[in-house]
Amino acid sequence: MRVALFVTCLADLMKPGVAFAAIRLLEHGGCTVEVPRTQTCCGQPAYNSGDRATAIALAKKALAEFEGFDYVVAPSGSCGGMVRAHYPELFRDDPATLKRIEGLASRTYELTDFLVNVLKLDSVPGDFKGTVTYHDSCSGLRELNVKAQPRALLAKLPGVTLTEMNEAETCCGFGGTFSLKFGEVSTQLADNKCGNACATGADAIVGGDLGCLLNIEGRLRRRGDLKTRVLHIAEVLAGRSE
Amino acid sequence: MELRANEFRARAAANLGDAKLQRGLGLIKVKAVVNRASAVAEFGDFEALRETGKAIRDRALADLDLYLERFEREAAARGAVVHWAENASEACRIVVDIARENGVKTVAKSKSMVSEEVGLNDALIAAGVTPVETDLGEYILQINDAEPPSHIVMPVIHKTAEDVADLFHAKHGTPRKTDPALLTREAREILRPKFLSAEMGVSGANFLVAETGSTLIVTNEGNGRLCTTLTRIHVALTGIEKVVPTLEDAATLLRLLPRSATGQAITNYVSLHTGPKHIEETDGPRQFHIVLVDNGRSKLLAGEMREMLRCIRCGACMNHCPVYQAVGGHAYGWVYPGPMGNILTPSYVGLENAVQLPNAATLCNQCGVVCPVKIPLPDLMRKLREEQMARGLKPFGERLGLALWGWAAQRPALYALGTRLAARFMKWLGGRGRLIHRLPLAGGWSDGRDFPAPAGRTFRELYQRSKR
Repeated sequence: MRVALFVTCLADLMKPGVAFAAIRLLEHGGCTVEVPRTQTCCGQPAYNSGDRATAIALAKKALAEFEGFDYVVAPSGSCGGMVRAHYPELFRDDPATLKRIEGLASRTYELTDFLVNVLKLDSVPGDFKGTVTYHDSCSGLRELNVKAQPRALLAKLPGVTLTEMNEAETCCGFGGTFSLKFGEVSTQLADNKCGNACATGADAIVGGDLGCLLNIEGRLRRRGDLKTRVLHIAEVLAGRSE
Repeated sequence: MELRANEFRARAAANLGDAKLQRGLGLIKVKAVVNRASAVAEFGDFEALRETGKAIRDRALADLDLYLERFEREAAARGAVVHWAENASEACRIVVDIARENGVKTVAKSKSMVSEEVGLNDALIAAGVTPVETDLGEYILQINDAEPPSHIVMPVIHKTAEDVADLFHAKHGTPRKTDPALLTREAREILRPKFLSAEMGVSGANFLVAETGSTLIVTNEGNGRLCTTLTRIHVALTGIEKVVPTLEDAATLLRLLPRSATGQAITNYVSLHTGPKHIEETDGPRQFHIVLVDNGRSKLLAGEMREMLRCIRCGACMNHCPVYQAVGGHAYGWVYPGPMGNILTPSYVGLENAVQLPNAATLCNQCGVVCPVKIPLPDLMRKLREEQMARGLKPFGERLGLALWGWAAQRPALYALGTRLAARFMKWLGGRGRLIHRLPLAGGWSDGRDFPAPAGRTFRELYQRSKR
């Protein structure tokens, strides 16, 4: 099975370890993983900012890069959701491209969703030990129905205890450029999230989207908490968490 | 109502630090969110009900003109008078004229957001007519120097019982009391004679039933029934989009509305008004006027915001919105707060007069998930953002940043170079603690948060090296 990794712009720039962890997990599941070299960004920042033309251009670029694979997997519900839930809408007036885009969308998965529902992994290579609490990212949860998948995978790690936080499904306040435009409100929502997460006493806050994780970690550190770890689910599952 | 939507950012930030407001907002989570969740769980297939509700509203909107004409015919046949108001001032003029022609001095009002939208109270006062708000929350706001509501269903959610205790003590001149039951009794004692003396009652309408020409209101306090049956003249004021084809349709939507709003299976009162008092009836108003307000709605019908007209004003979108929960309704600066306001305010008052609102959301889609008629609120906000882009209503800095980033993202070699430099620069900024305390050009982030610094090499670099 030839699987293309959609690295995501945030993993590329901020946390390469997440993309390496994703590769490790996919290979563990028997996939041949390829990383198209010219990929950059799915276009969601443009799409959510009202710049439809750039979003369309980047969607076409992604289509050319990823169309030839059996599956496309992203370690992000946000980018995965962009492709699956929003790309088709961008081409509603372009039937020829729409058909191809719909094909791409149907073969594109968020990482944990792919590991559970396509690869049906029965083990994961990680060896994390400790209690974790899981933050459900909005796009993964509400666009791709990612909820049980990461928890099912965490349950395969004998050293991991999952303690659910209150309001796990509530937005952390990131929202892409929202976090810059409405910094105070965004910070408040991140603070609420940190409060709920820390109340569990977990060693690590785990999630599936780097945007949320940077936001949560950023607020956590500013609150003075240098101890609680903030990890991407791929890092935990692959055993690459530094 | 005074429009202050372009002050959203400043007012939102100020409200974050308002401890009293935050206490009130905390109640929304406890009450509305938890209660809705249990009502939905108890109901069973709520998802199917939402689909049905959406279909009913879509059917009504698809032939809105026909259903409105049918409504007018049926209402007229039962003795009601239907008035059409193209805009806010026309709506006010119609109601003021009815009051004048009948020598009305006092108007008892049941809660109506359209009345807020068109500014009816100010128009009545200017014409020498005294409006008395009789919904407890609206009454509290009215005696507090006509403060605007901060929620469409729970208008005084921003106030505590202590606030109300102070207010009643000051305005009524009665001994201060804090027990909500006693405060309610005090308001009731003051309002009762007003109901009896008011010559005219004004209500809204949650639905207009085309097949019977009836208006329907749902209330919990019973004041709506007093306003609409005790007075000589009943004026129902509502938007043209509220029409539904049949009573059966209204009944279906009634299963959605209170569950979504407050988690109630049904409100304490559901009142259906069909024509004025009949000759053989012992009570009811002698005149029944229905004022149907357009005020921008037909424009929406023809455009990309059409789905917003399905809205049945339950408030679930704001109850579940993390931004609303944090900043409260006043920050939104007009009648409709929260996600619905992010769309309705720019649609009704002009995008340039509410430029921040379509952006004042993380697009988390919790609103879309709970909306009883499945309005894709984040999609509509995104469309308004596109309109902002097209009309040059975005700040120069944002447009420049987006353009540069978008240009580079389509040029992989350049993009790779840019990210390589950015990774190194941010690593340097982060220093030994690997935390950036101040991000250049992104104070919005770093005023309240650190930024975890990257390790200095992009994935692209590391991966290519590992492949060599």
